[in-house]
Order: sequence, then structure tokens, then C-alpha cells
Amino acid sequence: MSSSLKRKLAVALLALGVHHALPGSALAAPNEQFFPLATYRVGAYASSGIPVWAGMIDYLRYINEVEGGINGVKLVWQECETEWTAEKGIECYERFKNGLDGAPVAVYQPNGAPAAYALADKAAADKIPLITLGYGRTEATDGSVFPYNFPVMLTFYSEASAVIEYIARREGGLDKLKGKKIATVYHDSAYGRETQGPLALLAEKYGFENIQIPVADPGNEQSAQWRQVRQAKPDWVFLRTWGVSTPVAIKTAARFGFPVERIIGDIWASSDEDVLPTGPAGKGYLALTPYPGGADFEIHKKIKEHILDKGKSDLKDPKSFGSVYYNSGLVNAAIAVEAIRAGQARFGKRPLDGDESRWGLEHLDIDDARLKAIGFHGLMQPLRLSCSDHEGGGAAKVQQWDGSSWKLITDWVQADRQTLRPLIEAKSGVYAKEKGIAPRDCRADG
Amino acid sequence: MTTTHLPASHDGAPLELQERRAPWPLAILLAVAFVLVPWLGDDYWLNAILIPFLVLSLAGLGLNLLTGYTGQTSVGAAGFMAVGAFASYGLLLRVPGLPLPLALAGGGAIAAAVGLVFGIPSNRIKGFYLMVTTLAAQFFLEWVFTKFPWFYNHASSGTISAPRLELFGLDLHAPAGRYLLVLGCVTLLTWVAVNLVRSQIGRNWMAIRDMDTAAAVIGIPVDGYKRLAFAVSSFYLGVAGALWAFAYLGTASAGSFDINRSFQILFIIIIGGMGSIAGNFVGAAFISLLPLLLNQIGQGLLGGNVDAGQLQNLQKIIFGVLIIWFLVKEPEGLIRLLANLGERLKAWPLRF
Repeated sequence: MSSSLKRKLAVALLALGVHHALPGSALAAPNEQFFPLATYRVGAYASSGIPVWAGMIDYLRYINEVEGGINGVKLVWQECETEWTAEKGIECYERFKNGLDGAPVAVYQPNGAPAAYALADKAAADKIPLITLGYGRTEATDGSVFPYNFPVMLTFYSEASAVIEYIARREGGLDKLKGKKIATVYHDSAYGRETQGPLALLAEKYGFENIQIPVADPGNEQSAQWRQVRQAKPDWVFLRTWGVSTPVAIKTAARFGFPVERIIGDIWASSDEDVLPTGPAGKGYLALTPYPGGADFEIHKKIKEHILDKGKSDLKDPKSFGSVYYNSGLVNAAIAVEAIRAGQARFGKRPLDGDESRWGLEHLDIDDARLKAIGFHGLMQPLRLSCSDHEGGGAAKVQQWDGSSWKLITDWVQADRQTLRPLIEAKSGVYAKEKGIAPRDCRADG
Repeated sequence: MTTTHLPASHDGAPLELQERRAPWPLAILLAVAFVLVPWLGDDYWLNAILIPFLVLSLAGLGLNLLTGYTGQTSVGAAGFMAVGAFASYGLLLRVPGLPLPLALAGGGAIAAAVGLVFGIPSNRIKGFYLMVTTLAAQFFLEWVFTKFPWFYNHASSGTISAPRLELFGLDLHAPAGRYLLVLGCVTLLTWVAVNLVRSQIGRNWMAIRDMDTAAAVIGIPVDGYKRLAFAVSSFYLGVAGALWAFAYLGTASAGSFDINRSFQILFIIIIGGMGSIAGNFVGAAFISLLPLLLNQIGQGLLGGNVDAGQLQNLQKIIFGVLIIWFLVKEPEGLIRLLANLGERLKAWPLRF
């Protein structure tokens, strides 16, 4: 009897649940755009996440309170905790994809590689564009196969190319790379391996020696790797670690006598949190970033005046204002806002749905003048997306740690994207074949 | 099979030892699950709640066969899920025209073979020592699926993605289709498991669990049955892994099947109830649904007023406290708690 009772209870609960899930009557649509925030404030990566969300929320607040929304359309947002996992990321996406109280979702930022991969197909089916800045599927650059994926600004391929361009600049030209040794010390994961393809191609093209040295997760002991580095005597080390493995790498390099000025960190090894624990060993460390640190950009003055000084900031620790992660939040939010603006130019000054903002993203053209107008000049590179090119920029700045803050030492270093495009198209072709996707014709889309 | 010697039948004496009742509650539950839910449920319920709940239940069932029924502790469950996922993916990719059910079964079979290999140490070692070898399996398998690009078709990011989900020409890509695929697999495999544990195999497993020396004395080939338990358990886990990758996430990498997933499945069976089939479903509901419920409640009650990070941590604390409370209340799992509750309700309002 007890088991039958249990089942009855289960049925009743299920029926209740299903009833609850039925969509309520649609309210009159407000003049608001919903901005879902998939955040991670707990878990292993919380410390890097928290300043990012502060940057995003501060910018959204700034748009709402100072600029009166995007052409009068106010932004509303709500958070959902993903813990940087795919499962929670899916749950958040499903919770948010139909909007909030009638305010539609224009773009979705999964904020985490596992969720980005898991949502790629779902978002395409729901016609909601995913923006992944500095992570996500590299081959999604090919918008003909991935219409709703936007790995904007700097994919891992472009990052590899930008590093080589920067080294060439230091060595005195691309022709000087011949015979040089460039070692990549990478986190042995999908993320770490992603640059192997492009680096092999570039090594063949320019004739440098490409040395790959893996660091197993989590990477808090790297003597073996840096002994290997010392034996190989590379001219440069490209450091593609993340989390705890970055400060350990810098400290171990110092212990083995490898000059820190010859180590170039990648986008996920370029934050204040990566170098602060290294103490004096990190002084002189170089890092590549599409959103440099610093609080002197135009937008920072505005946010300081209108948000920070009025106590409306989401930032707990004011010292993080202008940190690399805070600035990445600003840049992420700005891209989304500008995409909506571009969509509004065509569809009218009203809240947009996913497909309309995809159009906006594919016609996004943030040039220098626009960057100056929104106060992001220097913080963000000019970005121009199209149907076939969902990456746009492909440039990074190189910053150097002076022991207490990051100093920018270059302007934008542009990746050689033409050389890498065939690699991307081959990968996206494989994906299209695997999934049976017929690539859309980008010429028709204007 | 042993034959039961019933006393010579008298007129009117029942031949069956147990009264057979039509399983109406089960039929209603299945009817609701197969018809009503896909018809009424929206994407959020199907994609974010019911599909992961069912897959985790299946994974719990797989581990329960090994740990709850045969007494072999394992913390490598997610490793075998990974084998199932990558093997099904490889089969669909490299064997053209292979139907989906065969790919899932094939993935399960390959996982079973791998499980058989990692079950060999159980001949000699038991308890905590065996647990450590399964831990090795977990890390080894995770490493294999990161190290060799062949397994993920040389994708730049090391992830596999769900191929076309088709069954007899029907496209299962919509949430309802994926839900029905998962539900069908779970129903079928649960039915098999129920019968398996009631059969001689199941009784032998339980004999080994209760005391393997005694089991050997009465003539049960202990080593063989332990390995069989590893293989069957890995088959279930393999199918669950493939469903996790294809029907739920739509993509997977070795990282989707890390040690945390193994612990999650172990918690499901500990909290749900070891040696219970229904316990897996209760445990999976507790582990996967309760945090969502807490999150919704937290968001609804306090969202916007309390610091978002604190709110998240608060939910973790409540969840942890609930786990401890339930385990203190009933160490045999939630299923036992529910059974006791049912017994009490039957006698209500009298006390016993």
C-alpha cells in the first residue's frame, strides 16, 4: 500500500507542477528589454566572476539612469547562478529565454565555456544570439554555419596569431621569426589545446620552432614543465594557463631563472588576480588582453560620477574599479547594448527579440568615432561584424605588470585572420556535415 | 531456478503466494509521464528539470546495482558515463546509418566492457581499497578523453556534440522528443533492473553484498558475479552518459564527467536509498530539483534585497543542512522515510 500511496503523491505533485508551468496570460508588453545575467558568484571561479558582474551591472545601470535606456527602452535584468557549469547554465537559459514579465531577451551571454557549448544548438533553435567574448567555439566565427553564435572580438585562434604578431614586432619583423623558439605552456584541457592548430600553421609559415608543454589540471606544481622550458631555451613563452596555474607558472619560471619579461600570458592569464599572488616575481610579466585594465578611460569617468560616487555600484571592493575583469564586464555589456541599438536602427525604437538582435549583431559597426561617443575608445577595439564574420576585431593589447598595476605597452595588435580563416572554415565544415546543416548564403543576407 | 514445493493443492487454496493487483498507480504515472507531460510541459520543465532528473535517476540506478545491491563501492561512475557518451558519439559518427537505439546500446555495451576490465580488481580487494581503484578509473578515463583527439573527432575544443537525434524517421530534436527518448530508455531499463534484482542474479548479488564469504560457501561464484555487477552497472551508466550528452546537454567534453559528477551520483543513491530501485528517483529528485526550488524561492523572496552572492551561499547552506538532517533522520535514505510515512498515514489517525 505504501508504495501505491507514494505513487499517488508523485502523480499529484507532478500534476501540480505541470499546472504551474502553464504559461500565464500574456501581459501588455512593457517598453523594456530583458538582460539576463548568467553569473557565477559561488564555486571555484567566483573571485574572477564577481568583478565582471559588477562591470556589467554598473554599465546597464548607467545606460538606464544617465542615458534613459537604449533610445528610451529601459533595461531590466535578473541574475541566475550558473556556478560555471553546463547544467546550471542550461537551467538559467531555459528560465530566462522567454523574457521577464513581457520584456523580451535580445542577446544571451552564457558566461562560461561549458554552458556556451551546451547552449549553441538550443539558442539556434530558439533564435537567440549567444555572445561569447574571448571563449566559445572558434569555428562559430563562420556565421554561415553558426547563425546565432558570436565569438566576438578575439577567438583563441586570433589570440595565437596576435601573440606571434607581437613577438615579431619585438624581434623586428615577421621574417626575423625564422629559427626562433616559441614555447607554449598550456593548461591541459580543451581550452589549452585550442591554440595548437593555429600555432602549428603559423610555425610552418614563419619558420619558428613551436614547442608545446602541457600543464595538468589544476597546475599547482610545475617544476617539471619549467625544467623542460629551461632545457629548450625558448626565446618566448606563451602562457595559456588559468586559475591557480598562472601565478604558479610565473613563480616557478622565476625559480628556474626564466626571464618574466619573456612570458606572454593569454586572455585568461591576464587579470590582476593572476599576478597579485606572485609578488616581485611577476614584475615585468606581459599579458595579452582585448579589454585592458585601467580606470582612466572616458567611460570610467562617467560611471564614477554617476554610479560609483552615488553609491549605486554593484562593486563590493572599490579597488576593483578598473581591474581587467571589471573592464571585461563593461565591454561585454557595451557590445550587447550596441547590438540592440544597431537592431533598433532597423526595426524601430522598441524592445527587440532574438532574431532582430541577431540582425543587429551582424550589422554591428563600432568604429573609432562610435567608440569615442560611448567612452570606450582605447578600452575596446573597433568591431565590425557581418553574416560571414562573427568575430570582427581580432586584436589585443599587450599590457605589462609593474608590480602594482597593469601598464599598456602597445596599441591594438592585429591578428592575421586571413591566414587562419581556412582552418576555421574546415572546422565549421566538419561541424555542418556532422549536424547536417546547410550553410546559409551570406551574400543574400546583405 | 529452485523449485518451490507448495503443499498439495486443496480446493480453493490460492496457488500464488502473493496477491496480484493491477498496478493502477504505476499505469497512471506512466500515462502522465508519457502523454500528459510532453503535451503540457514547456521547454523549461522538459529541458531544465525533467530530462536531467530522469538521466540522473538512470545513472543512480546503474550505480545502485553495483553499490546498493552488490556492495561494491565505486566513485568512478562518471568515468563510465563518459565512456558511454564518447562511444555512442563515435558509433553514430563512424558507422553510417546506425539507428539511435543501437548507438545507445552500443555505447552502453562498450562502457560495460570497460567496466568489466575495471571490475577485475574486485576479485582481490574490497571496501575502501576497491573504491580507490575506481577512483583511478575515473581519472584515467577522463584523461583518455582529453588526451586523444580521435575520440572527439579532432574538434578544436575537445567537445562532442549531439548528432541528429532520429528514431524511425522521427526527429527527436525538440524538447518533447528528447524527453520521450530519455523517458523511454529509463522506463525500459528500470523494468529490466526491477526484474534483474528479483532474479537469481539479483539474489546472488545481494548475498555477496551481505557477506561474500557466506555467499561463496553456499556455492555462488563470487568473483564472476562481482564482475557481472560492474559490467551491468557500467552499461546503465554508459547509456545514462550518452543521454546526458545528447539528450540533455547537447554537447559534452571530458569535463562534463568529472569527479564531481561521480560524487553527485553516489550522493543520489546514499540519499535516495541503497538497494532500492525507487530510491534512485527520489534521490535524483532531491539532488537535482531541490537546489532549483531553493533558488526559485530565494529569488522570489529575497531577490534584489540581499547581495546576490550571499543569497547563493545561503542556498548552499540550506541544501547542505537538509542533507544532513535527512540522513540523521533516516540513514537508510529518503525512500525509507517515505515508506515509513506511508505506513503511518495508513494507520492515521491512530499511532503505532
